[in-house]
Amino acid sequence: MEKEDSRKELKVSAIENGTVIDHIPAENVFQVIKILNLEKYNNQVLIGSYLDSRKMGKKGIIKVSNKFFKSDEINKISLAAPSATLIVIKNFEVVEKKKVEIPDRADNIVKCFNPNCITNHEEVPTRFTVIDKKELRLRCHYCEKITARDNITFR
Amino acid sequence: MKNKSLVSINDFSREEHIRILDLAGAFEKYPKQRILEDYVVATLFFEPSTRTRLSFESAATRLGARVIGFSDSSSSSTQKGESLRDTILTVSNYCDLIVMRHPREGSARFASEVTKVPVINAGDGANQHPTQTLLDLYSIRKTQGSLDKLNIAFVGDLKYGRTVHSLVIAMCNYNTTFHLVSPQELKLPSSVKMHIKDRNLAYYQYTELQEVISKVDILYMTRIQKERFSDPMEYEKVKNAYILRNSMLDGSRSNLKIMHPLPRVNEITTDVDTNPQAYYFTQALNGVFVRQALLASILGVVE
Repeated sequence: MEKEDSRKELKVSAIENGTVIDHIPAENVFQVIKILNLEKYNNQVLIGSYLDSRKMGKKGIIKVSNKFFKSDEINKISLAAPSATLIVIKNFEVVEKKKVEIPDRADNIVKCFNPNCITNHEEVPTRFTVIDKKELRLRCHYCEKITARDNITFR
Repeated sequence: MKNKSLVSINDFSREEHIRILDLAGAFEKYPKQRILEDYVVATLFFEPSTRTRLSFESAATRLGARVIGFSDSSSSSTQKGESLRDTILTVSNYCDLIVMRHPREGSARFASEVTKVPVINAGDGANQHPTQTLLDLYSIRKTQGSLDKLNIAFVGDLKYGRTVHSLVIAMCNYNTTFHLVSPQELKLPSSVKMHIKDRNLAYYQYTELQEVISKVDILYMTRIQKERFSDPMEYEKVKNAYILRNSMLDGSRSNLKIMHPLPRVNEITTDVDTNPQAYYFTQALNGVFVRQALLASILGVVE
């Protein structure tokens, strides 16, 4: 078992310094990349998608070299990847490990699910208050409608 | 309240609501005061709503303000593809206060963030119509002497009726007992009931109108629209079940008043109109006083 795990780990090689975002739902890896704006990051980013995971069945992992996220930055990804773990690496060593936390507000990450909401028709950043972190329910600052977990799409 | 926008009924505190109702009472005594002669009010109606627009324009004109604006988007540059943001920024140069009605939900909130000019929401899609709620509160208080501990029946389309949702939420501040009368398909949504439950207030649900008439102080009637039904047969079945006739009012409380946001179609027969319990046309008149109170306090002319 031990041996098999380490072999899997090698599918995405280790980084010397930076942040590993592990346990991302397999289907949301590219969403997380988008939210963190990693498309424009000019340093090493290693991406593993649909890797086997004992905990999750399939998972995604992203390793970002020389990047240490601020907590509000990383909390943004919790909407796409509530299960994600954040691992800070220095000199190939794990120096910190923590779970992401759902923020109180979500600004310009999520689309309002109400097709008649002004944010779907004018150039305006979306704004939501997270009214239920467990069930993931967001109230739109503009139309006041609730976007729930099942309706969440990202901008 | 000077320079404060009114987008959602919750933008004003309970105390501010009461302040507006008191002021509206003062305007009812003296409706013609030329206290806004130096001001320009813009009424931007991106969709038509003749009743609401005329009520605002009457309120502004009776206070001496000048009114500019348009009554539907075909006569504005929206038709040419202008964004709401640009329209609001442009009009802001021409006026001291904007009253707007727009078919999209959240449009008034957005407008209030784009401009420094205060915005009064006169309806944003299915979302909010706070001046209607305030005039309903005014009408209830005026006819019952107080807003506290009343029995109020809401009748008709409780699922889609924006007016009903806002008023139910506002009345949750006053120990109201709610009587909800509607067809199964058009019951009050759980998101609104949540407010009643949060306050531990009593509510009862009915499908028969006659059952509630003797129990309540206010009978708030609404129109049931055919297009709300997925099955046209369902509409045919219920369409006559929620019509109020004068004969049904025998045995009602003497303080009972019948309210309706208007327009009425057939849900209140015209023989009710001469009954002193009919209040819907006076309710519309009260809208002018409430809007006078809002214009004057937001423009900072009265404290």
